[in-house]
Amino acid sequence: MIHVVKPGLLTTVQDLGRYGFAHLGLSPAGAADSLSFRLANFLVGNHPNTPALEITLVGPTLEFDANATLAIFGARTSTSLPLNQAFDVSGGEKIAIGSLLDGARTYLAVRGGIAVPSVMNSCATFLPARLGGFEGRALRAGDCIAVGENVLGVGKELPSGLLEELSRTGPGTLRVTPSLQHDWFEAPEVHLFREQVFTVSDASNRSGVRLRGEPVLPHVKRELLTEGVALGAVQIPPDGQPIILFVDQQTTGGYPKIANVIAADLSRVGQLRPRDKVRFHFVTMAQALQALEHQETLLYRAFAL
Amino acid sequence: MRITPASDSALLVTFGDSISFEAHLRVIALFQALEQLRDPRIQNLHPAYASLLIDFYPLSATQGELESLVLSQSSKFESRQGLTAEPVEVPVCYEAEFAPDLANVAQHLRLSAEEVVTLHAAGEYRVYFLGFSPGFAYLGGLSQALRVPRLETPRTHVKAGSLGLAGEQTGIYPNDSPGGWQLIGRTPQRMFDPLEDPPSRLRPGDRVRFRRISRVEFEQLVRDQEHGK
Repeated sequence: MIHVVKPGLLTTVQDLGRYGFAHLGLSPAGAADSLSFRLANFLVGNHPNTPALEITLVGPTLEFDANATLAIFGARTSTSLPLNQAFDVSGGEKIAIGSLLDGARTYLAVRGGIAVPSVMNSCATFLPARLGGFEGRALRAGDCIAVGENVLGVGKELPSGLLEELSRTGPGTLRVTPSLQHDWFEAPEVHLFREQVFTVSDASNRSGVRLRGEPVLPHVKRELLTEGVALGAVQIPPDGQPIILFVDQQTTGGYPKIANVIAADLSRVGQLRPRDKVRFHFVTMAQALQALEHQETLLYRAFAL
Repeated sequence: MRITPASDSALLVTFGDSISFEAHLRVIALFQALEQLRDPRIQNLHPAYASLLIDFYPLSATQGELESLVLSQSSKFESRQGLTAEPVEVPVCYEAEFAPDLANVAQHLRLSAEEVVTLHAAGEYRVYFLGFSPGFAYLGGLSQALRVPRLETPRTHVKAGSLGLAGEQTGIYPNDSPGGWQLIGRTPQRMFDPLEDPPSRLRPGDRVRFRRISRVEFEQLVRDQEHGK
């Protein structure tokens, strides 16, 4: 068992998400930075979709009542524990994850996984509907969470150069493709969207990353008929401040979408902290797919070692 | 029918740009056809009033392949029945305790509260789609005589089961949540339960009827549900 001594700011159990229920109004939830999540599992020898803890900005303090093998992967933290590699803790040991330094999220994987019941085929915590994960909510002091026995193989070390390979674009640049209402925006507005540096607002969460900057407004003023929205859609509400729809988003929406973050950069969205600077870079569909293929090939090779 | 990329992993299929029963039928027919395929390349389907968003895994299918799949299904679905034969019946108590906006709605419509309830309970509705929160069904088919605006100031807390009106739609809040629809009744039935299969009482395309129940029956149904009947 793992005893939660201090819960941290927002610590949830996540996996790679709950798919197949958007028509009932459920977005996938799951790890906000699925790349780091998978690598944390990789380091301890788990299957990539094994439930682990997602830690947000301020980490928890946890006490283990039995020996365990752990790995922390994602944003760097102020802890003295090793990062990006597996390490062992002994029964009775207490660990503090500390504050996150260079990103919004880090993942703590435990060899065997966090044991929570699967709800609608996933262990991901979906906060808006309070379902999945540990009782559908973030961890609190006093909670006791079980460790599973869901082990795939032996823990591995990160192949050298993988980290560098995975972070080729600067942290503050998100690659996007044009989305459904891109043509509702005239050239000067698209220019404004593309050229300015936005600031991530404090009001951001797993449902949406809210940006602040000079307002970007469509020239088409009619109301959009509510339609399905894709993960990573950049929607423009009436105040002109973009919102990147994220893992806990609503499944349908009525605001125009100027762009959509490419699949290969969604993990970066999960690392945006309040007050971070971010800009958008348009790429073609072909470039978007190439980036994803590159990323997934690197990961596939790492896991297959 | 138009197919447009929404992202590198999503396509939007649209059937016009307004709310109509015809568009709804086509959305549901395509939704059901694709759902039945259980194609592992498709990750999620988001039906809406006149469109269906298809999320797919882009390394297992190209946009072109997905488009062909949609086109091959659409040639079939003209002949489909598509919609459920039997309407889903939802019990609703319209008594004052559960209908905080009924008096205002009646006044706005220049009807009596009894007339509003009778009209509402007599209608047959269609689940256009679910959204906003898990299990929240947007129902079309509301009588012209029952169209009221949303509340000017949304409530911060609406009880699960509350039945609301907004414009040409009616719907039930499946969970406690904030909400701006005008509330005229409540169902004792749980509309969404993640531990049930299926988790949602209503699905896109379902026909829906409301059965008017008394306060006594409401309480009885709540008790039955708690005892797992």
